[in-house]
Amino acid sequence: MWAILSLLVENKPGILFKITHLFRSRNFNIDSISVGVTENPEFSRMTITTFGDEKQVAQIVKQLDKMIDTIEVKHLDEHKTVYRELSIFKIKLSNANDSMEINKLANAYGGKVHDVRKGSMMVELTATPDQIEAFKELAQPFGIIDVARTGVAALQRSGA
Amino acid sequence: MAIDLENKMEIMKGAKALMVALEKEGVKEVFGLPGGANLPMYDEFSRCNIRHILTRHEQSAAHMADGFGRVSRKPGVCFATSGPGATNILTGIATAQADSSPMIAVTGQVPVAMIGKDAFQESDIIGMANPVVKYAFQPRSASEIPLAVRKGFYIAETGRPGPVLIDIPKDVQTNESEMTFPDEFKIQGYHPWTDPDIIHVEKAIGMLLNAEKPVILAGGGTIISSAFAELQTIAEFLMIPVVTTFKGKGAFPENHPLSLGPIGMHGHAEANRIMTEADCVLAIGTRFSDRSVGTFEDFEKKLKIIHMDVDPAEIGKNQTTNVAVVGDVRASLRIMIKMLMQKAVEKTDETTWFKHVKETKEYWKENLKLHPGEMGAAKILRKLRELLPHQSIVTTEVGQHQMWASLFFDVIQPGTFFSSTGLGTMGWGFPAAIGAKVAKPDVPVVDIAGDGSFAMTENSLATAVLEDIPVIVFILNNSTLGMVAQWQRTFYERRMIGVDQGQCPDYVKLAESYGAQGIRAQSMDELDKAIKTALSSEVATVIDIPIDPEEDVLPFVAPGTSLADMVLPS
Repeated sequence: MWAILSLLVENKPGILFKITHLFRSRNFNIDSISVGVTENPEFSRMTITTFGDEKQVAQIVKQLDKMIDTIEVKHLDEHKTVYRELSIFKIKLSNANDSMEINKLANAYGGKVHDVRKGSMMVELTATPDQIEAFKELAQPFGIIDVARTGVAALQRSGA
Repeated sequence: MAIDLENKMEIMKGAKALMVALEKEGVKEVFGLPGGANLPMYDEFSRCNIRHILTRHEQSAAHMADGFGRVSRKPGVCFATSGPGATNILTGIATAQADSSPMIAVTGQVPVAMIGKDAFQESDIIGMANPVVKYAFQPRSASEIPLAVRKGFYIAETGRPGPVLIDIPKDVQTNESEMTFPDEFKIQGYHPWTDPDIIHVEKAIGMLLNAEKPVILAGGGTIISSAFAELQTIAEFLMIPVVTTFKGKGAFPENHPLSLGPIGMHGHAEANRIMTEADCVLAIGTRFSDRSVGTFEDFEKKLKIIHMDVDPAEIGKNQTTNVAVVGDVRASLRIMIKMLMQKAVEKTDETTWFKHVKETKEYWKENLKLHPGEMGAAKILRKLRELLPHQSIVTTEVGQHQMWASLFFDVIQPGTFFSSTGLGTMGWGFPAAIGAKVAKPDVPVVDIAGDGSFAMTENSLATAVLEDIPVIVFILNNSTLGMVAQWQRTFYERRMIGVDQGQCPDYVKLAESYGAQGIRAQSMDELDKAIKTALSSEVATVIDIPIDPEEDVLPFVAPGTSLADMVLPS
């Protein structure tokens, strides 16, 4: 299963290394990771997405929780969570209509268009990873030159 | 050293602050070896009351601190310099981590401004040690040192113990700063102990009382939390036989009628048999290591598992359990005893299960085939047991002798047997014995050794002699890397590669060359005399006992198989 983990950690140098090292040494995989300081500058929030069966995910959470630098580790229920990823696509423009078509597609996914020029344009899309994958599939026929993705940022809904 | 009276802060160098902080933790001895990057710390030994014990290799310093920590249950402290000094202690740190042993390792580092410049004797020891430490500190200013030491000791010795590394750049050691030595501090993300959940203890009691063939499996955590009396009370009250893991060996007196000894790859035949017949196991402070349980898959369907452990991450890591009780195992067992009393459960009488256990024990006592020679491993180790006072501390090296010790050396007084069980570090036993003797100078300390493993840290004889730490090294010498040889005989059709150690060195002469006592024992009479001489000796003694290189350790459960598939001596 795909799991979203939310970690509140001490905002100190070397913590990201320790977290990623734990995944490596325990034979777990990181699907995506995003890190940023919280409202309290002493702490950072890391959002890690990973794959594993229920037992493996429970074990990852326990091992992360055991780390002295982690203040809080949560396995978020995706149905009770707001989670988004920022992606930027650079897409090829070959035909006269392409830019209009891509513009339409971007609009349908709530994306923004940037840097339209001869031969290529960019689309910025903030969405769930599934939606980004869907957009990618539809953009593929035009020719995707480059993609940059941030990994998921997530927060549990209030009252959830 | 100036004292700022107004703020009651003292101005001192980082290195001085380190020593003051160690003294405040009650440290009396440090094991180590000096070098360029830790000279400021070493200079402070001339101005404090901590004894420095010089080793001939940093790895041995770490093992000594480890042995000290396991015996005293207070972190042992070792010092090493930067670069190779630091990398040399890594094996010792990893050994302590694998066996949950409290330790403080202090390394020198190149000055802050040189870090990352590939300076002479620079190594990123924080990065290298990360997966094998419980925690690591690198103070970047002198004023951070006292808190790093206080937190380091707290982390090393609480909850599931482990090694803590404090890496101090040289300029941080020499810089002066105002120092405060805080007693109180907060580590927000560290919760070493959980209160055991009473509902889970109640469920566990229900399972044990309903079981027809219950077994207690005592692991290393039982020894770490000193839950000896609690374990014995429950076992006797409910008449439950006790098996142990190898690390848990000696958590329960091995001459007790309910004791079956260690299970596992080289477990006792009776322990492995009873374990496979059980319908319910109370597993205390164990991680269900592959070496202990082989694979439970064959019989886990009928086996109900109750797991008590201080580390929540151990629950379900290697073994799915029916009931888990998270918390210090001694506290958990105490709650269990209290609840049994409140429920007015009556003491169990002799059950059919107990009778069966007793018969199984007797059967294997009669029927386990031993080496026919006069100097077989069983006879040698039983002789040692006969002559060694029960309160003596025994460590082992790693190899055949270690497994023979597991099989044939009964631990009578709980918590007196220590071995590198998790990492399986050859060369651990001798320096660990030295550390143990420093922690408990009044009892005899014996390292049960093999020639291969002893060779790895034999230069610690210098430490034993010069520092006047009279331990006994008891070498079952088959001139072979015996365990590897056994596997080559068993699994590689006797293609013996890289195992012959020859008669090299002569361990009697080697001991003598260091100023220690060396005795060779080639018969039971000579062995009897040698042990008695060693026990009354004021210098370290090496007893070299030549044995048959072809003797195998049996019974044997091959890797990846079940305890039920135990191979017996033919």
